[in-house]
Amino acid sequence: MELGLEVDESRSPYTILAVKGEIDVYSAPRLREKLVELVSQGHRQIVVDLEGVDFLDSTGLGVLVGGLKRLRSHDGELSIVCSQSRILKVFEITGLTTVFQLSPTIEEATAG
Amino acid sequence: MDLSLELSVPSRPEYIAIVRLVVSSLAAARRNLADDRIDDLKLAVSEACTNAIEANLANGTEAPVVVRFWEAPERMELCISDSGRGFNPDLLPEHPPVTDPDRLNFERGLGIPLIRNLVDDVRFDPGEQGTSVWMTLFGGPAEETGDHTSEIIRVINSEES
Repeated sequence: MELGLEVDESRSPYTILAVKGEIDVYSAPRLREKLVELVSQGHRQIVVDLEGVDFLDSTGLGVLVGGLKRLRSHDGELSIVCSQSRILKVFEITGLTTVFQLSPTIEEATAG
Repeated sequence: MDLSLELSVPSRPEYIAIVRLVVSSLAAARRNLADDRIDDLKLAVSEACTNAIEANLANGTEAPVVVRFWEAPERMELCISDSGRGFNPDLLPEHPPVTDPDRLNFERGLGIPLIRNLVDDVRFDPGEQGTSVWMTLFGGPAEETGDHTSEIIRVINSEES
């Protein structure tokens, strides 16, 4: 299944990247490419919306960690929108809840 | 223990979603497991298959990844085998703590810690002919009145009869 990747630039300075589908070793490279593309276009506050994601594995987590690292090296930030317990659990088990800013809604993620 | 399923899939990333679907459907139909345990199983299977495909790729082999699903009264076991060179799971490098900025340099290596957390028991059986990852989930069989409409169940039943 193809990964859905939709960019919403209407909440400046935030760029929302809404992901839909399953993120695994097959689909994660497309997420990586999209994050690299957004950073190279000058986007610095990226909010990755995982509400439409049914499945996330360690490859997907690795891509998000890589995106965060890339953004911080440009004085930017990557935050995550997620309210689904099965996806949040993956962040919790790996301890990455303390690395990422996780919010339950786009409104909260873009409130700062 | 009875073998309920043996699945041989090409060693390519696009097939992992199919393995997840088959294994989770089978576990949901056959075992008395809560939905979040099925989600755990899906993730553990996905991680093990990802590692198996990478091991085959590193070994330059076109061999398939083989998934076997066994059932006993109180548990199910899943074995995922590759034809890679094998590895020692106890010698994997540890990640820096999440509070360490260097943690961001580690994009990989989360799969095996995840598997250890998600299933009730896991055992890595590395050998020269490849690695097998054995995962156990405890829980009895599904009630007889459960969902018997799945195509998978029909295949198993027809093989048993």
